[in-house]
Parts: sequence; structure tokens; C-alpha cells
Amino acid sequence: MDRFVDLTLNGAANGAVYAALALSLVIIYQATRVVNFAQPALALIAVYIAYSVSGLTGRYWLGFAAALLAGLLMGALTERLLIRSVHDRSPLSAVIVTLGLLLVLQGAAGMIWTNEPHSFPYPMDFRGRFSASDAFALVSVGTAAALVFALYRFTPLGLRMRAAAHRPEAARVAGVRVGLMLTTGWALASAIGALAAMLAVPPFVSPNVLDAVFVYGITAAVVGGLDNPFGALAGGVLVGLGLSYVSGYAGPELAPLACLAILVAVLSARPAGLFAAPSARKV
Amino acid sequence: MPEPALLRIEGLTADYGAVRALSGVSMAFEKGRVHAVLGANGAGKTTLLRAIGGLHPVAAGRVLLRGDDVTRMPVEQRVRHGIAHVPEGGGIIVELTVAENIRLGALWRRRSERPAALAAAFDLFPPLAERRARPAATLSGGERQMLAIGRALAARPEVLLLDEPSLGLAPRVTRQIMLLLRRLCDSADMAVVLVEQNARGALAVSDRGSVLAQGEVVAAAAPGELLADDRMRHAYLGF
Ligand SMILES: Nc1ncnc2c1ncn2[C@@H]1O[C@H](COP(=O)(O)OP(=O)(O)OP(=O)(O)O)[C@@H](O)[C@H]1O
Ligand SMILES: [Mg+2]
Repeated sequence: MDRFVDLTLNGAANGAVYAALALSLVIIYQATRVVNFAQPALALIAVYIAYSVSGLTGRYWLGFAAALLAGLLMGALTERLLIRSVHDRSPLSAVIVTLGLLLVLQGAAGMIWTNEPHSFPYPMDFRGRFSASDAFALVSVGTAAALVFALYRFTPLGLRMRAAAHRPEAARVAGVRVGLMLTTGWALASAIGALAAMLAVPPFVSPNVLDAVFVYGITAAVVGGLDNPFGALAGGVLVGLGLSYVSGYAGPELAPLACLAILVAVLSARPAGLFAAPSARKV
Repeated sequence: MPEPALLRIEGLTADYGAVRALSGVSMAFEKGRVHAVLGANGAGKTTLLRAIGGLHPVAAGRVLLRGDDVTRMPVEQRVRHGIAHVPEGGGIIVELTVAENIRLGALWRRRSERPAALAAAFDLFPPLAERRARPAATLSGGERQMLAIGRALAARPEVLLLDEPSLGLAPRVTRQIMLLLRRLCDSADMAVVLVEQNARGALAVSDRGSVLAQGEVVAAAAPGELLADDRMRHAYLGF
């Protein structure tokens, strides 16, 4: 029983990270029909920037803030400079561009910070059952999700963003600057991706450190329904718990297999994801 | 020098690829006037409104608002300059609630003016007030037209472009909407550009009518004159 509690708590904390990554993917997908495969690389650069800033200043939280800010800026720049021009022709070309960006940024990270792992520990205790770092992961992702929800639901900016995502032309006719809203969405998503990476990376940062985490994050997004932010969060927790139980009871080497099994099982039962809206995007 | 017309288009030409949809259309729209734009299917009416509103690129010609050239101005900026467009089908956002659609129309106005804009739309269309929290997807066709017009008016426009607001509505509702437009035009001192298939209904509330055929203006006159011209009626207005 004790072990079950341990695995549950651990899975929930990991799940929070997958949920945040999934949320960052869903925010962009909802608005643009683009799966942002560059997300882990953008987040990786954000973490390296945090690593450098923390190293230079000796202050972890300064690095943490720098990571979020870097995420925000890189997301905005990616949309403005790379995505916008190709997306008008086809969302698929935009997806290809994100794949290209993934490779370029991972390569660049290796060139700037070398491919050697650097030690970049948590500022708080991460040992034992439900450590301070686990609590921090849950609380920070929960807070971020609540803020995103409040932004979309209750603010004029959020209303504009939803309008632009659902019906770009009707939104423009109503006076919304759709391009600016898309940039804002990418910035927001990328900042959340940076948050996820800050939680996932320790204790060592290296160019490929996020690869597995990203696979779990994208699984969470697809399982939850790429169109549904709540689905992303639920999918993240589900994948986190599932993988934790499988690793704990059957062995960690089976985790990737379990991830694939979850994906196949959910998609064959509900092709649009567990929490897909019944009337996704009519014309 | 006489004051320039509120909105004037000069030699407006627009294409879809190799297909010319509008060629050299010139018109002037004045405050407090309803201007009907009529014509058969495919005559270019929708393209005309989209070109004026900024949704369709102009190949040649100019759009002048109070004498200023806005031909290259993006749609969302034209809205801020007072041009509101109710596109074909209404252009409401069915994923948002009724109230959110109207608030969206009022968003670029000052924060203090927004609640009044929302209240005004609900005053004008009581059925919308009852359904304010429902997704716009659940509205009937007539209610959607009300919402589309309410959203456009929330921006306090000087020019209101309407693309077939009677599409799919019962004759009685159509008549109500036409009369409402007349009233709004008089009280809010707007220029209304009313595109309609229902020529008779539109001319009944208009100050002037233009008839398009194959992208060109074939007649522009007072409603009485257009109605009196049998050849015109048979050839272009279909009654
Ligand atoms: N998306 C498009 N691609 C190609 N041609 C188009 C397109 N939209 C309209 N056209 C053509 O442009 C011309 C004008 O179309 P438009 O929609 O402006 O007509 P309309 O007067 O609004 O007709 P209706 O009364 O049927 O709405 C037509 O010949 C039409 O076939
Ligand atoms: Mg039309």
C-alpha cells in the first residue's frame, strides 16, 4: 500500500510536467492546427539560459525567471519569423518548419553549451516520497494552468485569442488583430513549455535531456485530445500515473512501451482523444 | 468645396485568380442613407463588400473614407476607423457565447463604454438578452442575424456593410430587419450599405439603389426609378 502511495505521488508530479508540455502543444494546435515539434528545443534553450544565468548570478530563481522570459520571447519570435509566412499556405509546411527548428536548436545548444551534461540541480530537496520538488512541480503547473484558464476565460485578451483561434476571419471583421493573437499564443505556450522543462531537466542538463519527456508530453496531449486544454492536463496526469505504476511494479525499462500502449488503447477507443469536444470545429 | 462623401469607392476592381469579379465600380455612400446594392447571383455583391471591408484585395481602384485612402488598410484597422461588416452568413463566432460575440465587437472601444454597448445590443434584440450565456451555435438563423448586427453595432460604426441579412429568414422577420436597419440608419447617423437578393424589400427602405451585373454597375438611381423600370426589374432584379 505504501508503495502504491509513493508511486501515485511520484506519478502525479511527473504527470504535472507532461501536462504542462501537453498544454503548451494544445494552445498552439488549437489556434493554428500546428503541432509544434520545436517545443522541446525551445524549452531546452530556455533551460540552458537559466543554467547560465543561475551560474553567473548564483541565484537559481533569477535563472528560473530568465527561462520563462526566454520561452516567451522565443515563442513569439518563432511565430513571427518562421511560422507566419509558411502557415498561410499550409499548416503542414509549418509543422515541417517546427521539425527543422527542433534540429537546428538542439544542434545550436550543443555548440554553445557542449554536448556534455552539466549539473543543474533543483534548489530544493528532491529526495524521498513526495519531496519539496514534487510539490513545487504540482503547485507551479497547477498555478500556471489556472492562470491560463483565467486569461482565456475572463480577460479581453483571452476573448480575442479565442475568437482568433476559432474563426480568424470573423475575428478580424470584429476588429481583432489575429496575427498578434497568434504571436501571443505562441509566446504563452512556449513559456509554459519552458516551465515544464525547468521542472523536468534536473539534475543534469544536456541537449537530449528532454527527448523522452517530450514523447510523454505529446502522448498526454494526444490522449487528452489535441483540441482541449483540460484534456491536456488530464492526459498529463494520466500518463504520469500510468508510467509510474508500470515503472514501479514492472520495471522502468517498460515505461516507453507502456506509453505506446496507452496511446494505442486510447486512440483506438476514442480517435480524437479522451476529452475531445463533441463538435470540434465546424466550417 | 463640398464635404467629401463619408465613403466613396472609385474604379474598384477585384479578381479571383483569372476571374474578374468586379470591374471599375464607383459608388458614394452618405451618412443617414441606406444604399441598396442589388444584382443576380454571382453579380459581385459579396466581393464588393469584402473589398470595401478589407477582406478581399483590390486589384485597382480606391476606397476613400472621409476622403482618406484606406484601400490598403487591414480589416481590423478599418473596423477601428468606423467600417463595420456583417459578412455573408453573419460571421458570428459560434464557439463563443452570445454575450462574448457582442463584447468582441465592442472590445476596441474604451473600457468604460463597453457595458453600455452590450446593454444597447440587448435592448435592440431582446431575444439575445435571454440567450446571452448560450453558445452562439445554439441560435436560430434569425437570432444569428440579430447577433451579427448587434456585434457590428457594438463597434459604433459610421459605415455598416450588410451582406444579405435576410438570407434564410421568414418574410416577416426580413421585413422587421429591413425596418430596423432604416431606423438605425436614421438614429445612429450611419451610412448603411445593404446587399440583398430580396430587391423589393431592400428598396422599400433604401434611399438609393445600385444594380450590379457581372461585376459592373448597370444602374444607380432612386428606388422609385428602379422599381418603375420594367426592363431593369425583369433583367436584373428578378421580379
Ligand atoms: N472564392 C472564389 N473563387 C473564385 N471565384 C469566386 C469566388 N467567390 C466568388 N467568385 C466569383 O466571383 C463572382 C462574384 O461573386 P460574389 O460572391 O461577389 O457574387 P454575389 O453577387 O455575392 O452572389 P450571391 O448573390 O450568390 O451571393 C462570381 O462569378 C463568382 O463565381
Ligand atoms: Mg453574395
